[in-house]
Amino acid sequence: MPTAIAAPKTKKTEVVESVAHKHVEESADLLLHLYKEMMRIRRFEEQSYQQYQKSAIGGFCHLYIGQEAVCVGAISCLEKGDKVLTGYRDHGHALAMGMTADSLMGELFAKATGCSKGKGGSMHFFDNALGMMGGNGIVGSHIPVAAGVAFAQKYKNEKKVTLGFYGDGAAQQGAIHEAMNLAGLWRLPVIFVLENNKYGMGTAVNRSSATSELCKRAEGYNFPGVTCDGMDVLEVRKCFSEAVARARFDNTPTLIEVKTYRYRGHSMSDPANYRTATEVEEKKKEDPILMLKAVLIERGVKEDRIHAIEEAADAEAKASVEHAIAAPEPDLSELATDIVANPWPASMLPRVEF
Amino acid sequence: MALIEYREALGQAIAEEMERDDRVFLMGEEVAEYNGAYKVSKGLLAKFGPKRVIDTPISECGFTGIGVGAAMHGLKPIVEMMTWNFALVGAIDQIISNAAKTLYMSGGQFKCPMVIRGAGGAGGKLASQHSQSFEALFTHIPGLKVAMPATGADAKGLLKTAIRDEDPIIFIESEALYGKKFEVPDGEHLVPFGVADVVKEGSDVTIIAHSRIRHTAAAAIERIESELGISCELIDPRTLRPFDIETVAKSVAKTNRCVVVEEGWHWCGVGAQIAESVYTYCFDDLDAPVVRVAGLDVPMPYNPKLEAAVLPSIDRIIAAVKKVTYK
Ligand SMILES: Cc1ncc(C[n+]2csc(CCOP(=O)(O)OP(=O)(O)O)c2C)c(N)n1
Ligand SMILES: [Mg+2]
Repeated sequence: MPTAIAAPKTKKTEVVESVAHKHVEESADLLLHLYKEMMRIRRFEEQSYQQYQKSAIGGFCHLYIGQEAVCVGAISCLEKGDKVLTGYRDHGHALAMGMTADSLMGELFAKATGCSKGKGGSMHFFDNALGMMGGNGIVGSHIPVAAGVAFAQKYKNEKKVTLGFYGDGAAQQGAIHEAMNLAGLWRLPVIFVLENNKYGMGTAVNRSSATSELCKRAEGYNFPGVTCDGMDVLEVRKCFSEAVARARFDNTPTLIEVKTYRYRGHSMSDPANYRTATEVEEKKKEDPILMLKAVLIERGVKEDRIHAIEEAADAEAKASVEHAIAAPEPDLSELATDIVANPWPASMLPRVEF
Repeated sequence: MALIEYREALGQAIAEEMERDDRVFLMGEEVAEYNGAYKVSKGLLAKFGPKRVIDTPISECGFTGIGVGAAMHGLKPIVEMMTWNFALVGAIDQIISNAAKTLYMSGGQFKCPMVIRGAGGAGGKLASQHSQSFEALFTHIPGLKVAMPATGADAKGLLKTAIRDEDPIIFIESEALYGKKFEVPDGEHLVPFGVADVVKEGSDVTIIAHSRIRHTAAAAIERIESELGISCELIDPRTLRPFDIETVAKSVAKTNRCVVVEEGWHWCGVGAQIAESVYTYCFDDLDAPVVRVAGLDVPMPYNPKLEAAVLPSIDRIIAAVKKVTYK
């Protein structure tokens, strides 16, 4: 159960509570939706892994396997117009925001069909129409930006919400302290989503954080801080539906520390020697996808429906690879586009010479 | 036209643009209730209220990042750096990693229309941490535009253009000029980016100088012309990215000699890039190597005698003109 550290002191608490309660009894359709989204990510990441091994994908590539319930549960609480920013481990968030496997695999393959025209790669997935605002490679750097998006949402009186995802390693960055203080001070509709997967590269969180209760930091910024079990998508969803309502209706930020785990190394080149195989195997027993599958079966959902979802996810991921292979490379002229929105005449310096 | 201080010209630009477009807002340390550390934003809080004129805590990274996010989501932030020296505290990451890169990394999906402005250069007896010229650093970055006004009229006209632009703009004001008075046009006055100002025409040497040091160059020219009889053309590029090479090339084609003056450090200064461009585009016109006058390659000392020795002076500009004319 999510544990509220500092309950919000607002007169609208009752409204918030009733919105949250709506989701306690999840419909079978919703459970299937969550299952499908997590499965899409798992299969996509497995394909990413294989294609990286074949050198079809280059650069830094960070897989999300094991953490699927976090972004799927959180993003399932959003509505159109809400925004998401995350770090470089962004494949899951992009898929959960509704981006197609084709546009992501195309980007991983550095093709013109990629969501960022092949200019961003694994760490920089964006989709303006869907509210996916990156994909950032500088640890912690995007969290003040997330607060800024929320600032604009509030300025324009949109009643929309921004989620800023970051890791336990990122949580130690000064930028995040500044963003949280500003969000608390200015009451911004932003949710700070700390995906605590226990490691920042090879550094266990007890070697990077003075406290083991990271969510308590919210107290210092005068907004609620809660933790939740990131292997349980329904708990994640419950926790976020409350926080999203607080942000949307009451401009109250929340820090949510989601306890999760990544099964693979930090990036493709990491053999993860800093943890034991037993630790990983133990965690896999709480696999978020298997746990939800058990709930589905308990609810009497037919095996073939579940199976069909798995098949579809598998087919989508595999097809995305086929499409990416066939897709064209960006034209050399793309080098010089999108540098500035309002370019200067060719007679001025600097110029891009091919 | 009115004779007003440089800081007032900047304040006028902000007020006019805020009136014109309610997506524009100003934020920074002490900009609202205190009326600005250098009084650029004087009266703006009273006029526009706290929603649009926002005091921030001392969190350069945090509020510059807020500016980036707000710009990505359709607002037009003006973020004030009390001085550019403080941008090193995390704002530089927000500017270089985020503001300058978001459009490119997103394949053209997210613009970042924001102005980051504040005091730059030497203020006088402020020592090493408070007397730095960072234009070379920012001009180096694709995705940014860099403006450095030397007069009240340019301060107003360039800032209004910057606020209307669709890209992240580094707007470096001169700390030493805030209190100087200039003739400034009333109301609508826009100075385009990438159009240099031929401040004074001349026939023997082209002198290129931006921001405060342009006035040092103008003073040097008076002496050069009366004492040495050498006619100088003075060009202020006004924006360093984009850079108006055409105006410079036209001038060098006429004078065949070029001196580049800047306040920033010599090594890898913007003058080095300007000289390279002059060699590239005007090689056949040149009768002498380009000569640079820049700040000495040392941290700024507090002692005023030593400080004066670091900054480009009238004497050093005169010496450069003599060198380039073999006098
Ligand atoms: C400012 C900065 N410092 C260092 C790095 C290199 N780096 C990339 S990811 C990472 C670990 C971050 O760990 P965490 O925030 O826990 O996220 P996770 O990888 O576990 O998802 C580091 C040190 C970076 N990209 N940016
Ligand atoms: Mg981590």
